[in-house]
Amino acid sequence: MTVKTASGRTIERNRPPASERAKSALWHGIMLLVLAIVLYPLLWLIAASIKGNADIISDTSLWPETVTWDHFAGAFDGLAGIPLWRFFWNSFVISALSVIGVTASCSITAYALARLRFPGRTAMFGVVIATLLLPWQVMLIPQYLIFSELEVTNTYFPLVIGKFLGLDAFFVFLYIQFMRGIPRELDQAAKIDGAGHFRVFFSILLPLLRPAIVTSSIFTFIWAWNDFMGPLIYLYDMEKFPLPRLLQAYSNTEGVTNWGGMMAMTLLSLVPVVLFFLVFQRFLIRGIATSGVKG
Amino acid sequence: MSASPPTTAESKPGAAGEAGAPPVRGPRGAAGRRSSGIRGGERLAGYTFMLPWLIGTAVLTIGPMAWSLYLSFTDYHLIRGGEWTGLTNYRAVFDDPMFFRTVRVTLMYVAVSVPIKLVASLFVAMLLSQRRRGMGFYRAAFYMPSLIAMSVGVALIWKALFSNDGVQDSIMSSFGWEGGGFLGNPSVSILMLVLLAVWSFGAPMVIFLAGLMQVPQQLYEAAEVDGAGKWRKFVHITLPMLSPVIFFNVLMETVGAFQLFGPAYIIGGEAGAPAWSTLFYTVRIYTLAFTDFRMGFASAYAWILVLAVGIVTIIMFRAAKQLVFYAGEDR
Repeated sequence: MTVKTASGRTIERNRPPASERAKSALWHGIMLLVLAIVLYPLLWLIAASIKGNADIISDTSLWPETVTWDHFAGAFDGLAGIPLWRFFWNSFVISALSVIGVTASCSITAYALARLRFPGRTAMFGVVIATLLLPWQVMLIPQYLIFSELEVTNTYFPLVIGKFLGLDAFFVFLYIQFMRGIPRELDQAAKIDGAGHFRVFFSILLPLLRPAIVTSSIFTFIWAWNDFMGPLIYLYDMEKFPLPRLLQAYSNTEGVTNWGGMMAMTLLSLVPVVLFFLVFQRFLIRGIATSGVKG
Repeated sequence: MSASPPTTAESKPGAAGEAGAPPVRGPRGAAGRRSSGIRGGERLAGYTFMLPWLIGTAVLTIGPMAWSLYLSFTDYHLIRGGEWTGLTNYRAVFDDPMFFRTVRVTLMYVAVSVPIKLVASLFVAMLLSQRRRGMGFYRAAFYMPSLIAMSVGVALIWKALFSNDGVQDSIMSSFGWEGGGFLGNPSVSILMLVLLAVWSFGAPMVIFLAGLMQVPQQLYEAAEVDGAGKWRKFVHITLPMLSPVIFFNVLMETVGAFQLFGPAYIIGGEAGAPAWSTLFYTVRIYTLAFTDFRMGFASAYAWILVLAVGIVTIIMFRAAKQLVFYAGEDR
């Protein structure tokens, strides 16, 4: 802190003045207070998952009086004889397929829209932007009818096919924004050297797109992990359920009486998302900031 | 019916790319031929790269939109099938008491949650824009809830926190509240969802923060020289400079709020318990289509939502023309 101030405009002072320090303390005070309120539900969840069942609902404190690990044992048993790891695996498969699909399809769609000239491009870009705002409910019923006609309901196909076809407009937009920041001279230099559009994309742009790929992959993974509507409509065998469907089913059956088991299961389902976030938070925040500010 | 869209979608871009390009440009002079060859290649490459999206958009976006518009004029039932009934569905929607309930709940949620969430996120973003130590940590910590806020897990936490004798009930009871947990009280249950939305303020906050960082510091310094106070600097510098970002956030949050589904479904169920007080528009669409199988009627509901969101979007873009200031523009 002192170094930072010293390197600034005021040269003679080594320590910030008292008023500045008081201001800083006040600022941290306000921030920590807001933070405590914001994170309370999650801290409460951690406490609830190790409290006795009788205490869970009525106990506001974050410090459990009695500690029990039974809820986790119960949570690992899963539901209806299907162990919890199975639901984790299902969620992982759906999320991983989504990541592969979005990375492959949205990057090439964005390349065409950001870098190539062909008739209809402006209109197609308009459609991408319009689908950002279009209520998805309007496509839901016919999509369901299509997928049931194809006899692919109760599989993961309807959940991930849209990702492989570049329909996640948000990510197409993210890639376009990112590509606009890459100098066109690079493409042109490569083209003068005789590279075609495919070579330009795969050997020049793709390596430079790495930060955008990381950002879109993390978001895709987390959003697919949390998705509830798709699995609610398309999956009906419990063995195929991802975690959100499991939590919903559990809350309607076991969870009615066993709050502890449900809270432990909820906690376990959120852990991967939070871990993912902690590891990659820089990419995420930069990504979402770009989409809004440059747009 | 589902088999026809893919074939037309596949043949269209292919034909335009391969056959369409060279003959049109071909008959030009020798000088033009080289560049037209490159253009033709660029066209072919463009459509090839767009191919997955073109197929997807035709089969899973535009096709279904047209189809659901058609369905909305039929009494299509998933099991019984259906026939053309003209405007009957739309008349039935406006005769449906549930429709007005869902509209009230949804509009109330949009009107209350979006402003609170955005004001909170702008406020915290301004606190965070002071370039102090630990800023990155706070930013990340405030952002994190927005990643999980709409998940089933958090909705279940909310149910626990807001049930009778739960955390909210005990805290408020000590201040004389007698309404019990929000979960069972129809006059306040919607607040659970408002609070959930506000809890996810981190996403617009990060966008505001990035916008605030781009406001040139010289503007504030110049205003200080002129003797402007904090409030005047906020109104005359921060707000205008930030207005494109504010517009983006207002638009995205409003459109998103109209479409809330997961948490509403988990907290209120298909009936929007208690007493329809959490019966959101999208939940009604889901129930009509996938529980009652009345897909024609549900499609009419869905199209009314599209129209409503479309009108709101247009109004916002119109208002933005008046209110949004883009730097470098004369004003």
